[in-house]
This record gives sequence, C-alpha cells and structure tokens, in this order.
Amino acid sequence: MLKENFRQLGENVLSVQASFGRAGLLLLQSIFTIPRPLKAARLLIDQIFQIGVLSLLIIGVAGMFIGMVLGLQGYTILVKFGADSALGPMIALSLLRELGPVVAALLFAGRAGSAITAEIGLMKATEQLSSMEMMAVNPVHRIVAPRFWAGVISMPLLAIIFNALGILGGYLVGVEWLGVDSGGFWSSMQANVDWYQDIFNGLIKSLIFGIVISWISVYKGYDSEPTSAGISLATTQTVVYSSLAVLGLDFILTALMFGDLH
Amino acid sequence: MQHQNTAGETTNNLIEIRDLHFKRGDRVIYKNISMDIPRGKITVIMGPSGTGKTTLLRLIGGQLRPQSGTVIVDGDNIPTLSTDKLFQVRKKMGMLFQSGALFSTLSVFENVAFPLREHTHLSNEIIRNIVLMKLQAVGLRGARDLMPSELSGGMARRVALARAIALDPLMIMYDEPFAGQDPISMGVLVELINQLNKTLGLTSIIVSHDVQEAISIADQIFIIADGTVIAAGSPDEVLKDPTATVQQFMKGLPDGPVPFHYPAPDYEKDLMGELHA
Repeated sequence: MLKENFRQLGENVLSVQASFGRAGLLLLQSIFTIPRPLKAARLLIDQIFQIGVLSLLIIGVAGMFIGMVLGLQGYTILVKFGADSALGPMIALSLLRELGPVVAALLFAGRAGSAITAEIGLMKATEQLSSMEMMAVNPVHRIVAPRFWAGVISMPLLAIIFNALGILGGYLVGVEWLGVDSGGFWSSMQANVDWYQDIFNGLIKSLIFGIVISWISVYKGYDSEPTSAGISLATTQTVVYSSLAVLGLDFILTALMFGDLH
Repeated sequence: MQHQNTAGETTNNLIEIRDLHFKRGDRVIYKNISMDIPRGKITVIMGPSGTGKTTLLRLIGGQLRPQSGTVIVDGDNIPTLSTDKLFQVRKKMGMLFQSGALFSTLSVFENVAFPLREHTHLSNEIIRNIVLMKLQAVGLRGARDLMPSELSGGMARRVALARAIALDPLMIMYDEPFAGQDPISMGVLVELINQLNKTLGLTSIIVSHDVQEAISIADQIFIIADGTVIAAGSPDEVLKDPTATVQQFMKGLPDGPVPFHYPAPDYEKDLMGELHA
C-alpha cells in the first residue's frame, strides 16, 4: 500500500513536471515565431479584435463601476477627517497600482482566456489542428502564436482603459454627485501620482499578467484532452489557474515595486 | 512522373513500410508490420475497431513516430525527417479526416482555399478558379458560401475532400470515409473516391471497416489484426482467405477468434463472489 502511494506520488510529480516542460516549449515556440510578417500581422490584428476589442465592454463597465464605488467609499471615509480633497489621488492610486491591473486581468482571464482555451480545445477535439498539420501548416504558428501575442498586447491596453474609466467613474460620483471640489480633485491627483512609480509599474504588472494569462490559456487549450469533458475541464482550469497566478504574482510584484516605500 | 513508373515492381510503390513497431504507452499497436502501397491504386486497410488503423495513417503522415522500422513515402523515410522536411513531404499528401475537420470559422470556399493561400503565391483570381474547380469535382460548387456548421456530414466530407486535393497531392489517405453515412452519400463517396483516383492519378489509402464498400472499390486489401497484417491481396483473394479471423471479419460473425467477451474471470466464480474471498 505504501509502495503504491509512493509510486502514485512519483507519477504525479513526473506528470506535473512534464506538463511544465510542454508548456515551456509551447511558450518558446509561440514567442519565436515570425514567419511571413504580412500574413502574421493580419492574423495578429484579427486576434487582437477577437481577444482585446471584444473584451472592451466588460472591462469598461467594470472599470466604471469600480471607480464609482471607490468614489463613494473613499468620500464617506475621507470626509470624516475633512480630507475629501484627497479623494482624487486615493482613487487614482488604488486603480493605477492595484485594482486596474488586477481586476482587469481577472476579468480578462474570464472573458478572453476561457474563450481562447475553449476555441483551441475545440479545434483539437474536432481534428482541425491535426488536419492543419497534415496540410503542412504548423498550428503553433497559425493558431497558438497569434492568440498568445494578441493577449500580451491587449492586456495592458485594456488595463489603461479600465483605469481611465475608473477615474472617470470616481470623478462622477465624488465631484458631480457628492460635491468634492473639481479643481482640488484633479490637482491633488496630478501632484500625488508619479509617472514611473505608479503608472509605469501598473502597466508592467498588467503586461506580466497578460503574458501569464495568455500562456496558460493557449497551453491549456493545446494540451486539453480532445473530448467535451476535456475541453470544459481545461476551460475551468484556465480561469482558476490564471486568477490564482494573477493574485499571487500581484503580491510578489507589489513587494518588489512598492516594498521599499514606507 | 507521379505514377506508372515502369522500372519495376519495387519502384512502383509509393509507400513502403518495413518492420514497423509502434507502442502507445505499454500497449503494442504494431509489431513488425510491413506493407507496400502501389502508385495509382486504391488500397483499403481493414480490421476490427481498436486495431489502430487510423494510427497507421498518422504514422505515414508523420504525426506519430514509430519505435522502430521505416516508412518510405515517395523516397523519404518519414520517421527520420526534420520538421521542415516533413512539412515539405506533407504537401504531397492529402488526408481526409473522419469528421471532415473543416475549419469552423471559415466558409466552404475559404476552407478549400486555405492550403492554396498558405503554400502558394497565386493571385486571388487563380485561387478562385482552382477552388471552384475542386468544388465542382465534388459537386458542391453551389455550396461555396455556406459555413461548415450548415453542412450535412456527407457534404462536410466532400468539402474536406476538395480541400485535400487542392494542392494536387500524390496521395490521399481516407480515415473511415464511409462511417455513419446514409446509403446515398455512401454511394456518392465511393464514386468520388473512385473517380478522383482515376482522373487525378492519385494513390488512395482507405481505412475502413465497411466490407461491402471496401470490396467494391479496392484494388488491394490489407486486413490488420493484433498488430500484424493477417491477410493481403485483391478483394477476391482476401474473401477466399481461409484464416478464421479473416473469415469472421469479412462475414461479420459475432463470435470467433475475436471473442464476443472481453477477457474476464470465470463467470460462475465471479457470480458466486469467490474471486474476492
């Protein structure tokens, strides 16, 4: 019995390792693939539309509402200390440093990541990838790489839009509705948000999240079991692993970027 | 140059498989299998389900690599080729998948145009002409604007066939082309495969277990069971083959060398619960 457990443990460890190996190879192949630039550009733009543009609605609406909630919550707390003029920087900093990259990434994993996994998994299950191979077209170049790169490019852009709409939502609630001074709102935001420290670091975060989510999504689709049960499992795993990876990485990145600010 | 090389029997084979061993995990799929597939002929590979007939097509196409043995296709030993070379060789092969495997996001026209757009620099006008010619050959020129989801199973296979011949390959591999077809589309497919083989000078390899269709269409039949070829020859020769397994398969008998029962412990003991005692 003990022997059997050990055997099982070893098998699991090996299979996890093998899976990381396959994922790593797929990542390398996707990154270093630049065949026929013109055709690749067309495929990439198509995927940026599918992955990025079609995620705009959920990202925009979520950004707006999160900004509005921040405005409301921030105001009720700050006004107690007579510090409602600090509402602007509070909203901007929360969004730029944390909420923007993280929430946008979580939504992106749910909206675009799951779609990528399901699409590639379905293509695999219906032998579309196999038939592509037999037509001497490498599916990693034709299918995987454009989706990976489109995800990497779209994520920071979506995070920027999320941030902008969030700040707008905070402004609407704080200034237009609750009556915070408009000049103070913007000028204190301008004074307290540092370009490199806040905006650039936030974008780096979302870029890294974009890489990780896209990588998990294409790998899970490409490596999925070619059955309907396999595809649904892979799709679930994409969302779960991506979300956990985003939250875990966010802590590490925050510690590296902002850890020395006391 | 693509067929009827008169230099002798040996050079007339498009595909020569020698001493092929293939295992998947611990399961032996092929042990020491050898076969020759002549140019310009229709070769049917038959056998009970689960004997890895489709696997053989994947081995020929280089999607799987055998543990040992050679698979020579038109002079190239497939298992030893680099990825680039393999992709070159695959342009000479067409493969028809059981489901058709059409790209679900592309229309019928674009599906057939796909290999042309990928591998040639032809102008749109020429591509259009070629695509319409190929669709005409399978009788679906009028369906060019449909999406794959709007096609019946038989139509999807015909579109896939048009796509497979788009680059004018030397050979086509058919994976269970007759499975799950109504009698009419079955007849259409049999006729199409026959015609294409004659008019385009193709070499056809068909994996099937529909005995009647196979006999009607084949120049040569291989029957595979237990990882080896158990019978080979013309349809008549195979029908007369005295081997019990071959007879069971060709006549569709429920029990014989291929047992009705999956291996199980003794029935009586199993029922009495003595096995776990």
